Amino acid sequence: MPVLEVINLQKNFGNLEVLKGIDFSLEKGEALSIIGSSGSGKTTLLRCLNFLERPDAGRILINGETIFDADDPSTLSESEIRKKRLHFGLVFQDFNLFPQYTALQNVILAPELLARSRADYNSNKKAILNEIDNEARRLLAQMGLTDKLGYYPHQLSGGQKQRVAIARALAMGPDILCFDEPTSALDPELTGEVLKVIRSLADKNTTMIIVTHEMQFARELSNRVIFMDDGLVVEQGSPKEVFGNPKEERTKQFLSRYNN
Amino acid sequence: MQFSVIIGRLLESFVLNCEIFIITLAFGLPLGLIIAFGSMSRFKPLSWLVKIFVWIIRGTPLMLQVIVVFYVPGLLWGWRSFGRLEAAIIAFIINYACYFSEIYRGGIESIPRGQYEAGQVLGMTKTQIFFKITLLQVIKRITPPMGNEVITLVKDTSLARIIANKEIIMMAQEYSAKGLIWPLFSTAIFFLVFVGVLTIILGRLERRLDFFR
Ligand SMILES: Nc1ncnc2c1ncn2[C@@H]1O[C@H](COP(=O)(O)OP(=O)(O)OP(=O)(O)O)[C@@H](O)[C@H]1O
Ligand SMILES: [Mg+2]
Repeated sequence: MPVLEVINLQKNFGNLEVLKGIDFSLEKGEALSIIGSSGSGKTTLLRCLNFLERPDAGRILINGETIFDADDPSTLSESEIRKKRLHFGLVFQDFNLFPQYTALQNVILAPELLARSRADYNSNKKAILNEIDNEARRLLAQMGLTDKLGYYPHQLSGGQKQRVAIARALAMGPDILCFDEPTSALDPELTGEVLKVIRSLADKNTTMIIVTHEMQFARELSNRVIFMDDGLVVEQGSPKEVFGNPKEERTKQFLSRYNN
Repeated sequence: MQFSVIIGRLLESFVLNCEIFIITLAFGLPLGLIIAFGSMSRFKPLSWLVKIFVWIIRGTPLMLQVIVVFYVPGLLWGWRSFGRLEAAIIAFIINYACYFSEIYRGGIESIPRGQYEAGQVLGMTKTQIFFKITLLQVIKRITPPMGNEVITLVKDTSLARIIANKEIIMMAQEYSAKGLIWPLFSTAIFFLVFVGVLTIILGRLERRLDFFR
């Protein structure tokens, strides 16, 4: 059973149809790249999955369970959404770290707040907080940031900030980690370090959806590629198929812009 | 009359200025936040009403507002008037709350949407996002403009004399009427010292918040 199924997802902004019925699914441990030209709706799709936008139609299923159905109001309440969005993590293009917290505090904040609603929080507080702290340190070490734990975001480079943001998202233990052009706000010499940690996540079979303009990276890293154009999935398949032997005219046109 | 006696009298009357200052801040700062939320309300009629109110208060002289609060309830509705000090303080609180509200609003609206969204995606509630993420960033951003308002307030307290509150300048003017001019000029020193102390405190606060950007 796929970990994620998206069925006929639609989103309009006023009269503008941005997503016109998106269907795809994702297996556990898979890395899915989404490519497509500017304005095709890639960001909007990720924002819908993370409940930052409310789709106008369609369904989202996690492990076969409907977590969002545009026709079923009971899946739309705010507290429901807050629980269900934790299936997803989102890494933003421009990091959005919290400036008043250190790298470590950025990673710890949300897990700590969430832990407060645990039944055993009061009786077990110390152990819980300790565990959260250890996990945050482990994740930051995995991101190669052991020596930056106490740094504030303004003291970090773009690449370091983005790695903190990845650790922060992972700390919530999402089923699916989404990246929205994680390197496009970075200087070229800093993209490598971020791509490297994403690659290491892929090697550990982290389930991921990556919106990217780094074609080479998408080709090497992903198990599957989706090409989006004008609010629709135009083509999907293995990187070999989509990059090596695209069937659709629009895919060919799009890719030819990257090849020369 | 003796120098020290006059200075003592001036100091006594300056207590009134300080009172107006402290009470205006104590009530104006929270009231300003409420007004700010009103003007940012998604319920349009409320936000318009609040915006018009803020426009009227910011668009007319504080001196006039003091007079209105003192005389109008009695003249129009035959109510028992507020006391002189009460009336002045009420006018000050309303006036400054409106200015504060605009500063709060500017501060809150200047926080990038990505900050809220990052909090949401991490499963935080709206309350948690406000207290754990936005609040300190807002405080940092509004400290300099708030500081300016607070310093203006120190000097504005002397407007209370328009309805015969015996604050420091009114007291000094009584001496000028008797031909003694130096007390009036010396009031400047009281304001300068007060503002000087405030400037130091505000500077400290800004530096305390310097650890992040
Ligand atoms: N909040 C919004 N209100 C109105 N229109 C929007 C909004 N967000 C996105 N759009 C529009 O939706 C369309 C798709 O935008 P989206 O950001 O999803 O594209 P994208 O594929 O991520 O593009 P890019 O590669 O440039 O990031 C665009 O035409 C955009 O102008
Ligand atoms: Mg985008």
